[in-house]
Amino acid sequence: MTSADTHSPRAIWQKDGEAWTLELAGDWRRDGAPVEVTGNAPKSAATRYKTDALGSFDSTLPAFVFALLRSIPAEKHKAPSLEGLPESLRGLLTLALAVPEEHGPPALASPASAIGRLGHLTQKAWGSMIGVIHFVGETSQSLARFITHRARFRSSDFWMVVQECGVEALPIVTLISFLIGLILAFVGNVQLANFGASIFVADLVGIAMVREMGVVMTAIIMSGRTGAAFAAHIGSMKANEEIDALRTFGFDPFDFLVLPRLIALVLMMPVLTIFSNAIGILGGMMVGSFVGIPPVLYWNETLTSVDLTNSSLGVIKSVFFGATIAISGCMQGMQAGKSSAAVGEATTKAVVAAITSIIVLDSAFAAIFTLLDI
Amino acid sequence: MAAKITVHSLTMSYGPTVVMHDLEFEVQDKDIFVIMGGSGCGKSTLLRHLIGLEEPAKGSILYGDKDFTATDPTERGDFIRRFGVMYQSGALWSSLTLGENIAMPIEEAGKLPAHTVRDLVAYKLALVGLSGYEDFYPAQISGGMNKRAGIARAMALDPDILFLDEPGAGLDPLSARRLDDLILQLRDSLGSTIVIVTHELASIFNIATTALFLDSATKTQGAVGNPNDLRDHSDNPAVRLFLNRGEAPQTKS
Repeated sequence: MTSADTHSPRAIWQKDGEAWTLELAGDWRRDGAPVEVTGNAPKSAATRYKTDALGSFDSTLPAFVFALLRSIPAEKHKAPSLEGLPESLRGLLTLALAVPEEHGPPALASPASAIGRLGHLTQKAWGSMIGVIHFVGETSQSLARFITHRARFRSSDFWMVVQECGVEALPIVTLISFLIGLILAFVGNVQLANFGASIFVADLVGIAMVREMGVVMTAIIMSGRTGAAFAAHIGSMKANEEIDALRTFGFDPFDFLVLPRLIALVLMMPVLTIFSNAIGILGGMMVGSFVGIPPVLYWNETLTSVDLTNSSLGVIKSVFFGATIAISGCMQGMQAGKSSAAVGEATTKAVVAAITSIIVLDSAFAAIFTLLDI
Repeated sequence: MAAKITVHSLTMSYGPTVVMHDLEFEVQDKDIFVIMGGSGCGKSTLLRHLIGLEEPAKGSILYGDKDFTATDPTERGDFIRRFGVMYQSGALWSSLTLGENIAMPIEEAGKLPAHTVRDLVAYKLALVGLSGYEDFYPAQISGGMNKRAGIARAMALDPDILFLDEPGAGLDPLSARRLDDLILQLRDSLGSTIVIVTHELASIFNIATTALFLDSATKTQGAVGNPNDLRDHSDNPAVRLFLNRGEAPQTKS
């Protein structure tokens, strides 16, 4: 046997009459050679251990013996014999074996069958729907308290949210709206120039911005920016038991957290939408000047197509979109679990739910406006 | 022979605010060294300095004869790998199960067969009384259990020095006692040096070989020594008051 072999960790089973002996030898280190096991483990534990040739060891040795003792059914219900093991090892194993093993999965596993899975998904969807109804109900009650001057929240919180979802959103709204106006004008001009009708780029950009693009793009930006921030902030508060603390002091968390965010966003969304429309038209105007349409002509053409009715459609929608974003963000935050991973999940859900709801709502508005011939 | 840890003229501050100044103490090999003091006196801040999460405003921290505070990032990484740290809240990674939390540092440290990693994880969890909890997520267990799992993770690589930040806070008396036994056993069996931040007096008297008292009034170390000696014979009345649970300090004999 070479020197390296002498130091490699070994476990050798030997039968001595009715008793079993497990000989442990070599150096048992995490960064050493793998363990070599000789002989088959018995159905019952070793009654004796032999450690004459045992060298140095770290946790790999007690972990090996612990796994062995746990794997032998007969040993689970009685104190196993640790005879022959070094004192230091006995102490550690006694501690590890002192508490019985916990059995059973921590959470309900998904059912294996297709019908079971379908049922599971249905239950989840039903639970989510109940959650939405519950949240909307609580928010409505909170709004009613606000209208009747019974809601309690700090006005400084409200103004802080107004600033966050208003002024602080302007740079990103400006950039995106300008680029959208620019893209619409470029694409429109490619087609309209074929008919010598480049001037109608102003109509296209104007109508598209004030009816659809301005409000939808602003809503998507606000979903990703403000809706996610609402979910993350409220979710973190939930994880830190701050919401429980509000309740125990008699504050309604809906009044305190949801209401200021909902009102602020509903107020700020129309303002941001009007701003976005103006910047988009400016972007179109810039492209117009590149393709030979003087800015004054472009502006006059825009005014002929964009009337008050058209302009107000986007602004009306923005109120509903604002409420949708605020409700999605706050709801996911309030329903988040109590871990940092759950906060991340809530944030993702808030953004996805808000954007999906905005597109669905926008489709509904398109249908309604068509029916009303607006 | 050099002490395991030597702290020399250490001043800790957050910006212009000095937390503690001119700390001077040694932690010997296989010591169970307790850092104690009132709430907010800077115990956890001292621990963060010892493990390199904060830079000292002044002074030095030596491990053996090597100045930890003057190391470059590579050297510091080598030092830190010898440490096991349990944070106050457990600080488990919430997206991983308890088993994965413990397995991750083991797998990172070197290639091991999957069954060996599994055995090590099961054993470490069993040591802290959480046998069979491998598949639970941190959010599915109580705060005390999270804390114990945090200790299991800190022990994952059989660290040379184990730092524990308030390990006994929030534990039931049996778990706290079990934790004390575990700390003593780790020191005796694996030869680990253990630095603990705590103000659990029962635990201090049960396990500590040396205790350091941080005095928030003077922002200096109030005393350092054996906790029983400090309780009965310390020159500093604040130390005697602290170790006697606020009872009238015994007169120095």
